[in-house]
Amino acid sequence: MYDFAYQKPATLAAAVAALGAEDAKAMSGGMTLIPVLKQRLNKPSVVVDLSGLGLSGITVTDSAVVIGAMTTHITVANSGEVKRAIPALAALAGLIGDKEVRHRGTIGGSLANNDPAADYPAAVLALGATITTSKRSIAADDYFQGMFTTVLEADEVITSVSFPIPAKAAYVKFKNPASRYAMVGVFVAKGPSGVRVAITGAGQGGVFRHAGFEAALAANWSADALRGVATSADDLNSDIHASAEYRAHLCGVIAQRAVKAAG
Amino acid sequence: MNAPFEGIGASVRRKEDLRFISGRGNYTDDINRPGQTHMVIKRSDRPHARIISIDASAALAAPGVVAVYTGDDFANIGGLPCGWQIHNKDGSPMVEPKHPVIAHGKVRHVGDPIAVVIAETKQQAKNAAELLVIDLEDLPSIATTTDALKPGAPIVHDEAAGNLCYDWHLGDADAVAAAFATAHKVVTLDLENNRLIPNAMEPRVALGDYDRHTGDYTLFTTSQNPHVIRLLMGAFVLGLPEHKLRVVAPDVGGGFGSKIYHYAEEAIVTWAAGKLGRPVKWTAERSESFMSDAHGRDHVSTAQMAVDKDGKFLALKVHTLANMGAYLSTFAPAVPTYLYATLLAGTYTTPVIYVEVKAVFTNTVPVDAYRGAGRPEATFLLERLVDAIALDMGMDRVEIRRKNFIPRDAFPYQTPVALQYDSGDYFATLDAALKSADYAGFPARKAAAAAQGKLRGIGVSTYLEACGIAPSKVVGSLGARAGLYEVANVRVHPTGSISVFTGTHSHGQGHETTFAQLVSDQLGVPLSQVDIVHGDTGKIPFGMGTYGSRSLAVGGSAMVKAMDKIIAKGKKIAAHLMEASPEDIEFKNGVFSVAGTDKQKTLGEIALTAYVPHNYPIETLEPGLDETAFYDPANFTFPGGCHICEVEIDPETGVVAIVNFNAVDDVGRVVNPMIVEGQVQGGVAQGIGQALLENAAYDASGQLLSGSFMDYTMLRADDLTNITVGTENTMCTHNPLGSKGCGEVGAIGSPPAVINAVCDALNIRHMNMPATAEKVWSIINGRAAG
Repeated sequence: MYDFAYQKPATLAAAVAALGAEDAKAMSGGMTLIPVLKQRLNKPSVVVDLSGLGLSGITVTDSAVVIGAMTTHITVANSGEVKRAIPALAALAGLIGDKEVRHRGTIGGSLANNDPAADYPAAVLALGATITTSKRSIAADDYFQGMFTTVLEADEVITSVSFPIPAKAAYVKFKNPASRYAMVGVFVAKGPSGVRVAITGAGQGGVFRHAGFEAALAANWSADALRGVATSADDLNSDIHASAEYRAHLCGVIAQRAVKAAG
Repeated sequence: MNAPFEGIGASVRRKEDLRFISGRGNYTDDINRPGQTHMVIKRSDRPHARIISIDASAALAAPGVVAVYTGDDFANIGGLPCGWQIHNKDGSPMVEPKHPVIAHGKVRHVGDPIAVVIAETKQQAKNAAELLVIDLEDLPSIATTTDALKPGAPIVHDEAAGNLCYDWHLGDADAVAAAFATAHKVVTLDLENNRLIPNAMEPRVALGDYDRHTGDYTLFTTSQNPHVIRLLMGAFVLGLPEHKLRVVAPDVGGGFGSKIYHYAEEAIVTWAAGKLGRPVKWTAERSESFMSDAHGRDHVSTAQMAVDKDGKFLALKVHTLANMGAYLSTFAPAVPTYLYATLLAGTYTTPVIYVEVKAVFTNTVPVDAYRGAGRPEATFLLERLVDAIALDMGMDRVEIRRKNFIPRDAFPYQTPVALQYDSGDYFATLDAALKSADYAGFPARKAAAAAQGKLRGIGVSTYLEACGIAPSKVVGSLGARAGLYEVANVRVHPTGSISVFTGTHSHGQGHETTFAQLVSDQLGVPLSQVDIVHGDTGKIPFGMGTYGSRSLAVGGSAMVKAMDKIIAKGKKIAAHLMEASPEDIEFKNGVFSVAGTDKQKTLGEIALTAYVPHNYPIETLEPGLDETAFYDPANFTFPGGCHICEVEIDPETGVVAIVNFNAVDDVGRVVNPMIVEGQVQGGVAQGIGQALLENAAYDASGQLLSGSFMDYTMLRADDLTNITVGTENTMCTHNPLGSKGCGEVGAIGSPPAVINAVCDALNIRHMNMPATAEKVWSIINGRAAG
């Protein structure tokens, strides 16, 4: 990796100030950033380590699960409260990466990075979560702006994510056989804001909602309702592992399995 | 309490594992020398280009930089040698273009070294490498095996017209043509053997050191055969005399063939250490491994079998294109010829065979032997063809195999493709595997799976391989430029403990245990009293290393011969001490005794006498108890067996799950059953990886698309089920142990078993590897031909 300065601020204000520097880079778990640095694909002036801000922790109310941005995947996966309130969310966290990644990676880091094959974006979008930052609250539908792109500003830090508790939800992930990222990951939810279906891994622009699936499920919440509902291959990824047509097919299959799992 | 049995046949825990699993192994990258510098290699990102200019001035001026070297610096130094010369049909030798240590004039594959930067730290070397100004002019390039010979294809080497390295054949073309003309049926199958990237857990490392006071060079390297590297690099590349060059291959973390070869980095660090008078170290990054370790397989073939109306095989004709990559790696030309075509009789009595092999150059990483080397390619072709014959003839897949097996009483069996099998019983391994796999119960399991919406299939492979590589005279007549004997030095120390110096090399196989068991068994000393020394040309005698499942069959046999000498000498010493005739001395369980008396001396007592020869027949016997034996076997060994795979396919996604895998192999005498089981399981896992997941994907121009673990699918534990391993052994008849070798059988026997099962589940005639989910789904949905 290239040389860079390192800072570990103790307050959110100090972190925001540090991120104001040109080519500053925030680091939460570092599970994406460190490999990228090692490959010399990124040359930050300063790496701002967010682990000193006290942003981890889980709070569950009657209507929402609120997860601090620095909460690790393993914490979410093992949380009894999350398992009771939104079991699909705990299950999703338990599917991220490998054990080492789950012990280091964080929800805030995953969402700020917005890898097009990451798992959390599907949960955030399908559950209609709200992302709270050092500046504002952002609705999930406004947050994701294409692969590796969000509405976050350079000096904006995610502090927590609030997930409304759905009546039914499930996430099913068809893994890329090599990377084990989602080749097609489908999160279905029936909650306060209606039926929402979010798909990660498949789209060229990252996570997206599937209007056809949502309409079909709103009318009839069952796997059978999804049979025959088409997914266009036009905007889907195509690579050595899966063509766009195969991914389009998998969207339907995996969505049906998610609905079955949600019950 | 009796001491636990530790000899031949005991599943002794591996002596080496404590240090490996506790992080105390001594791998090449763990070695650092005083004053060491670090080397970083600037590699080509183009498949084929002319090097117009390299401006190293900024790099040389960068902090910490010690030197920058390019192909110009090596222009007058030998290229990397090829160790096996194949001759064309017309008797002329293969085309053997120079393989420059650093690319000179042109780069020919992605990963070809263009320049090296040596600096005080690796970080500084990396920084400086980015300052190299390299002007490349792209040239047309070719990556695809089947396109390489087409008229107008881009040419990789000017001296290799049409990209042809050699056009070779074996067998009797006329006899095959005659059989085809009158046969009941000729069954044809086109198939490919996918290119693989070895991915040993430990990347390659090379550390060169030079002592200016003595003129001695030392190379520490991740090698399966340090003496071979010393010979190739010393004699052919750098011109260093062998007594001034020591090659050390310490603990090595997996090889699978990829660490047999002499690689450019070894020569560069050794040469540069001499030039700079400082140690030079290079450690591959994983991305470098993908584009610089020799790849494996990459064949495209057409196979045709003539059969009579009862399904008896009458004649086999095979045409194969083999991709050599951009240069000839050390043993590359032998793989698709003598390690492949000679295996095409398999376990069957096919009376006449004709094989044509064309080897081609492409703008890809060189291809060489990878676990099995030629034999997996032959086995996949043959065992898939047999299933296709059964399908086309409407015959049972198992019965057609039985009908064509070499009978039990036909050994030694001379095949029509040069080999003579010494022993085997294919009926026994087949029957045991059918039982182990509950083959008879399969229809019920298939029906149960169908009720769950799953497609279940079963596949059988009854394979044979040749290993224990092997007779120097034979391989020499076939073009090998090296001998393939093995050597062992058994040194009994004065107090009776034993060091054994072997020319073989352990890089995960457990030699420190297996060989110690062999010595413990034969000399009657506790296992703890025996240490195996390998991997250092400064310590061990000139041996040929480990590959081709040769260590026990050839290296172990050398050990037995050396121990025979120890025992013979010990008998003379014992006879002297006990005032008897040497002919009357018996040796058993570590004790020399006079037959018919209670007089005895332990091996320890004899050893002490040998080194403190106060009361000793010094006029007729040298002191010491230290014997060396070289062993050059009479033949290859021929392990074989039966692998049965059962798969279940999810028709909605195309995902293939391995639900049962049973292997029953004939590996000859087994020293450590636990290690054999592990070797077979590991080999089967690699074979399943090839069959279902792995593929070195290039685009048509030669860009490597699967250049990291994000895109190259290595098998993981959860891709497997338990692999049940059994043995039905017949003894090798020509080596003193009876052992045949077990390192490669898993990777050789398993791929066709998997694909035969997938084809059975899908009810199709053939599909190429890997059977990825998308390919299977496409076949199910009629989007692709089966």
